[in-house]
Amino acid sequence: MVWKLFRPLLLCTLGVCVGLLANVRAMAAPETARATIVRAILTTDDAQKRAIINSLIGQGDEAIREVFTAWRQDNLYVYSAPGGAKVPVELTGDKDAAGTQAAVRVDTGEPLKDAAGQPLRLVAKQLTAVEHDAGLRRAMKNVVDLLDLGSPLPAKRLRAVQTIGFAQKADKLPALEARAGLETDTEIKKELKEAIALIHLADSDDGVKIKALAELQELHNSSSYDLINALKVKAETGGKPAVVAAANAALVAIENHRSVVKFFGTLFRGLSAGSVLLVVALGLAITFGLMGVINMAHGEMITVGAYATYITQNVFGEGMHFTLPFIKVAIHLPGLHLTGWAYQLYFVAAIPVGFLSAALVGIALERSVIRFLYRRPLESLLATFGVSLILQQLFKLTFGSNNVNVDSPVYLSSNWTVFDVTFDWNRVFVIGFAAVIVFGVWLALTKTPLGLLIRCVMQNRMMASCMGVRTERVNMLTFGLGSGLAGLAGVFVTQLGTVGPSMGQEYIVDSFMTVVVGGVGSIFGTVVSALGIGLADQSLQQILLNPVLGKILVLLAIILFLQWRPTGLFAARSRSLD
Amino acid sequence: MSAPAPTGSLLRTRHLEFTVVGVLLVLLTVIFPLCNAHGLLSDFTITLWGKYLCYALLAISVDLLWGYTGLLSLGQALFFSLGGYMFGMYLMLQIGMLGSYAKAGQNPAGLPDFMVFLGHTFLPLFWRPFNSFGFAALMVFLVPGLVALIFGFLAFRSRIKGVYFSILTQALTYGAALMFFRNDFTMGGNNGFTDFKFILGHSLVEPDTGPATMRGLFVASALALLLVCLFCHWLNGTKFGLVRQAIRDGENRVLFSGYATANFKLFVFVVAAFIAAVGGALFVPQAGIINPDQMTPDKSIEAVVWVAVGGRGTLIGPIIGAITINALRSWATQAYPDSWLIILGLIFLLVVLFLPGGIVSLPGKLKALRGHKGKPAEPAATRA
Repeated sequence: MVWKLFRPLLLCTLGVCVGLLANVRAMAAPETARATIVRAILTTDDAQKRAIINSLIGQGDEAIREVFTAWRQDNLYVYSAPGGAKVPVELTGDKDAAGTQAAVRVDTGEPLKDAAGQPLRLVAKQLTAVEHDAGLRRAMKNVVDLLDLGSPLPAKRLRAVQTIGFAQKADKLPALEARAGLETDTEIKKELKEAIALIHLADSDDGVKIKALAELQELHNSSSYDLINALKVKAETGGKPAVVAAANAALVAIENHRSVVKFFGTLFRGLSAGSVLLVVALGLAITFGLMGVINMAHGEMITVGAYATYITQNVFGEGMHFTLPFIKVAIHLPGLHLTGWAYQLYFVAAIPVGFLSAALVGIALERSVIRFLYRRPLESLLATFGVSLILQQLFKLTFGSNNVNVDSPVYLSSNWTVFDVTFDWNRVFVIGFAAVIVFGVWLALTKTPLGLLIRCVMQNRMMASCMGVRTERVNMLTFGLGSGLAGLAGVFVTQLGTVGPSMGQEYIVDSFMTVVVGGVGSIFGTVVSALGIGLADQSLQQILLNPVLGKILVLLAIILFLQWRPTGLFAARSRSLD
Repeated sequence: MSAPAPTGSLLRTRHLEFTVVGVLLVLLTVIFPLCNAHGLLSDFTITLWGKYLCYALLAISVDLLWGYTGLLSLGQALFFSLGGYMFGMYLMLQIGMLGSYAKAGQNPAGLPDFMVFLGHTFLPLFWRPFNSFGFAALMVFLVPGLVALIFGFLAFRSRIKGVYFSILTQALTYGAALMFFRNDFTMGGNNGFTDFKFILGHSLVEPDTGPATMRGLFVASALALLLVCLFCHWLNGTKFGLVRQAIRDGENRVLFSGYATANFKLFVFVVAAFIAAVGGALFVPQAGIINPDQMTPDKSIEAVVWVAVGGRGTLIGPIIGAITINALRSWATQAYPDSWLIILGLIFLLVVLFLPGGIVSLPGKLKALRGHKGKPAEPAATRA
């Protein structure tokens, strides 16, 4: 009973509370950009209209751009509702037979509805058009220009600041200065300082100019170089030595900064190029350097690793099917349909898959072909070249002759910028990974029983065999290790280059050169020569601004280098005649 | 490094082989063109076989180095292409006002089309003397010879041998191919030289006079091959030839016997470059195109495979190998386009694994199998 009595009361109280709350929220929230624009439209005085529009400066609402565009394109009308209220609307979409168009309320961005809640369609001619004159359009353009300054996205703000700075329009100064007071992002703060200084550069007063130049000198940002240079030229013809001196100081500061950035950038790229070369050549350092087998199909082992990555990616995603050529066996791999981080982990899974698949192909190659050719190194070159042709064609028939697409996982596709030097994560990763692999190979060769066996068989196969070492099995495992390392390289180059049936060919000459320069049989030599060649290649590219010429020069340098050290950097010394 | 020693008496085999090569080449120089002139052989076949003969020249140059001297060069395609490019420059300048830009009136200077395309307005200085056939012919020898001389001098002086020599020559041709792929090298870039019209005033493309020119080029190729065979045969008989073979079989012993092996090797290397260059120069007008693809390490290795298939260390082996593989290619790329590379790869594999002496060793092997079953089919190969 009591409950029944109280119920209406309770409901009433609740209703009042909700109403109050809504009211409070409406009072607390600032007027939306759309509401401000509606106010501007309904105001009759032109000066007041402009003032209202200008009050929007500093806001980052994208709706402003939309509504202003509609306004300037004469799509805004005022609809007089049956109750007498004036509702500004935007007419959109095509006209139908009766000449009506869909109407969208400017204040909310929702379709205009009648009392019954049905969307209303209106005829443009029966409505009052919202007018605009030149002054209004200018005000609107100014607001839109500065719109991105208030954007919640830092990247957008940054770009807006830069654009405004380069335009060097003094009327934008107040907006920039207002933003500088609000901005919290350090990078954008710096950019704002630069933009303000750049605008001051266009000032007619020399004192302001010199102060701005001092500011720019301190910021030494590369992007302001051209504007300062232009100013300097103008000042020289105008005979203003103080400005010229300040401009020169700023330019020197920028140039110094630039060369430092360039140096570290080149160093980083050289290291990463060298690391790629190292990962690619390390497998060859084992099969060629230690075993003496010239495996021209080494490049195809890289391709095996790359396609293994491709398949792993598809298995993590939607699955894939392909037909093995000649035997016409259709293989259907079901997909795991993973998304997000679970899918992104495919790359981690691809690392062991790439290693194992290439190692297995390598072992098959060793068992079927190479074991007959240990005494005939030059003929192993020819036979494996045949294998390389066969494998390339098989890849082509299985996966198609076009390059396939391997996604970059998010954790490899971004970059860090430290003091203006960009560090791509995939390159950082390659450098780190190369270090890990080299360390792992060194451990495996020097600290494990298998490593001991590998080294003794490679030094003297006959003697090892006499001592009871099963040389056949050691050969097989060593070749498998070398091929597996090539497969690992394949997993990595999916992040740096294209994946296609002939991709291995790009790396084969370079990796042979790396091993020869390093000294055949020396893993350490391979490391040094890979990093050296990578650095030399990138520096020459920087100096000559021409990648191909740099590469040719590196090849020439290698040929000349071998004049000086015919057996490479770190050759195993021996008194025997070959 | 092993090489199959010729079966039977060295001298007798050499004479037999020489007779076979001689008779075959005379047949080629006389019978083929005659048949073509009387309509028994199509023009297409003549041009095709002309190209095979040029490939045979390339194969002989590989054999001279690999089969006789024990130097596996993976850069012979470079010398072949350099010869081709030098002669191609002459052919390009012969096009003159018949190029497509000149016909459209956009090429008043009569430059090769690719230069107009790249915006050149006058002929680069080093192109100018190539208007003369004699100069171009000289350059066909000089440029590849000089490259071989410099590279060979550096390589042999520091005693780079075996596998390292192979890898270095491969790098050399790779670098050169990269260079020729560039447009600003003014050698036609990717597309190389093509669309030739005249050679020594004779048309290469006119329907009525073109076939006769092609026949002439075929005869020239066959004659060049014959001369090269004669030269190699003569060289094999000299003391020089013997020292060369000794270098193949045991370089250190030759060195310790007081021979400057580096000089011997350098000489052979340059001669081989000459032979490859002549092949290239004759190849270009018959194929109608030369581009940097011909220079890639792959092409060099392929030439080595022709020699391996035919039989290295013999005169006839490389010729047989080059013609067999290329004829097979012409047929298989039409009949089984998807499997051709696999067939080629399998041939390499099988020959290297099971027939190290190549096709020419087949008859001997069969005979040995039939006659003396107890004896090994092949004498033990010598190793360096």
